[in-house]
Amino acid sequence: MEKKKLILGVIGADVHAVGNKILYHAFTLAGFEVTNLGVMVSQEEYIEAALETAADVILVSSLYGHGELDCRGFRDKCDEAGLKGILLYVGGNIVVGKQDFADVERRFKDMGFDRVFGPGTSPETAISALREDLHIEG
Amino acid sequence: MEAVLLIDFGSTNTKVTGVDLAGERLLGTAAAYTTVESDVGQGLAEALEKLQKETGPITWVKRYACSSAAGGLRMVTSGLVPALTAEASRLASLGAGAKVIRVFSYEMTDEDAAEIAALKPDIFLLSGGVDGGNKDCILHNAKILASVDVPFPVIVAGNRAVAGECEKILAATGRETIRCPNVMPQLNKLNIEPVQDEIRRLFLKRIIQAKGLSREQELISGILMPTPSAVKKAMELLAWGTEKQRGIGELVAVDLGGATTDVYSVAKGSPQSGDVVMKGLPEPESKRTVEGDLGMRYSSGGVLEALGADELAGLSGLSPEKVSAGVEYLGAHPDFIPADADGAALDFGLAAGAVDTAVSRHAGTIEEVYTPMGQVFVQTGKDLTGVRRLVLTGGAVIHNQRAGEIASHALYNKAKPASLRPRAADIYIDKSYILAAMGLLAEAWPDTALSIMRKEIQEYGTGK
Repeated sequence: MEKKKLILGVIGADVHAVGNKILYHAFTLAGFEVTNLGVMVSQEEYIEAALETAADVILVSSLYGHGELDCRGFRDKCDEAGLKGILLYVGGNIVVGKQDFADVERRFKDMGFDRVFGPGTSPETAISALREDLHIEG
Repeated sequence: MEAVLLIDFGSTNTKVTGVDLAGERLLGTAAAYTTVESDVGQGLAEALEKLQKETGPITWVKRYACSSAAGGLRMVTSGLVPALTAEASRLASLGAGAKVIRVFSYEMTDEDAAEIAALKPDIFLLSGGVDGGNKDCILHNAKILASVDVPFPVIVAGNRAVAGECEKILAATGRETIRCPNVMPQLNKLNIEPVQDEIRRLFLKRIIQAKGLSREQELISGILMPTPSAVKKAMELLAWGTEKQRGIGELVAVDLGGATTDVYSVAKGSPQSGDVVMKGLPEPESKRTVEGDLGMRYSSGGVLEALGADELAGLSGLSPEKVSAGVEYLGAHPDFIPADADGAALDFGLAAGAVDTAVSRHAGTIEEVYTPMGQVFVQTGKDLTGVRRLVLTGGAVIHNQRAGEIASHALYNKAKPASLRPRAADIYIDKSYILAAMGLLAEAWPDTALSIMRKEIQEYGTGK
């Protein structure tokens, strides 16, 4: 079967590169075709990359606490660009301070994200979510 | 003596350069006015006569030519996303010496098809989607292109999964269709050389004929490439050298013409420090850009528009009113040669302004970004600040008394700190106007071409 295609990157003005590399290796080892955009990625860059590669999922990471601002309007832009229905995941330390995760999850889901992962999530959790959402056996 | 003749068929001039191979020296250069409409052979004969008046009769062992006659090699390109595959195919075409007259992105429409038919390009480059990526866009565009009733050849260099299907759709209409490896096989990875080879092959096979140059083909051993491609080749040779001879190292070159300003950089352009985040497409080490709105005559209005009357007045030392009136006159009289001080001042201002703007557009930029983690630098394009050599060519500038001053406008400017232009560079002037000829000569005799360039291209001091 053709490999499922992921777009990976750290959004906004965030330059945390280490977690990004770990995720890249973890997803690649798990059998996905990963296009890694690195750090300081704008919404437009994720979308352009997803268009050229015909990606199945966009994975947004953020560590510096400003992810909520950076992610606003992302789903709308995807729709506008013709990526209707593309899976959107977000994870990391995505809000300012310590907040109730259920509340954070709800806010990001309202913004159109399909999956929301809190701080300290292991790559395996995201990989099993990907397998489930993309209907991959095993 | 083994003498080689190098010919440059331009749109208004045919230039000839004679070279003595064994002596590694220039025999002479000459130029004559030509029009393709009348007969390029006549221009060549006149130029040769002028040359041999200086040198005496010469028997040529080989004759090679490049051409930018009849509008040059006119190409239209298409890709999916403007900043990605569309930009990759534009870069590939420019690097092959083409004049890119239109770039399409996303899905083309029937109106676009009509526009393409009216533009009548010499070659169309169709791309879109990385390998294994988006298939729909390039397939759609292949169908649109198939409906265009003008028999230009199409190079297909997009997503390999559907390249064959695109080829079939296009070839079914009887059009010459060539399949090439993807210009962007993976996101942000360029693979432009195969396309450039194909462009050149098509140029040799078809374009020469179409431009009415095929009669000359019998006289000469071959028209090898478009003129900008020859200049680029010369710049690569000068920078990189050969197996036997060292080059002068990384360089930036500006070719200032009447209608366009071409900029070449042969430099890696990597960030100069560690705290820089790279954005955008990685650019080829040997890169060419062409500014169709910047030039000394036909495009003098574009220089005025880019700079504004006040800045151009500041550069030339004339009043804004004089500048505006002068530019209008030059646009209408492209063969004008200034005879008085005001005319020379305006030419200086135009040259400095065109060089400044063209190199700024060619060079990368750096932006300071303040993030919650402190200051970060974001670089787009090539960092040329460390490049130490600047080559200047083009009729308008090589004969200008203030060429060194014009060249300094290509360099880093404190007022525009974001533009990553060379900080300080040794300036070289192509006094004998031989760059295109040396690019041609380099096809068979790279060492001879390099030796001659090192002798003929004069160092003009250091600019800062």
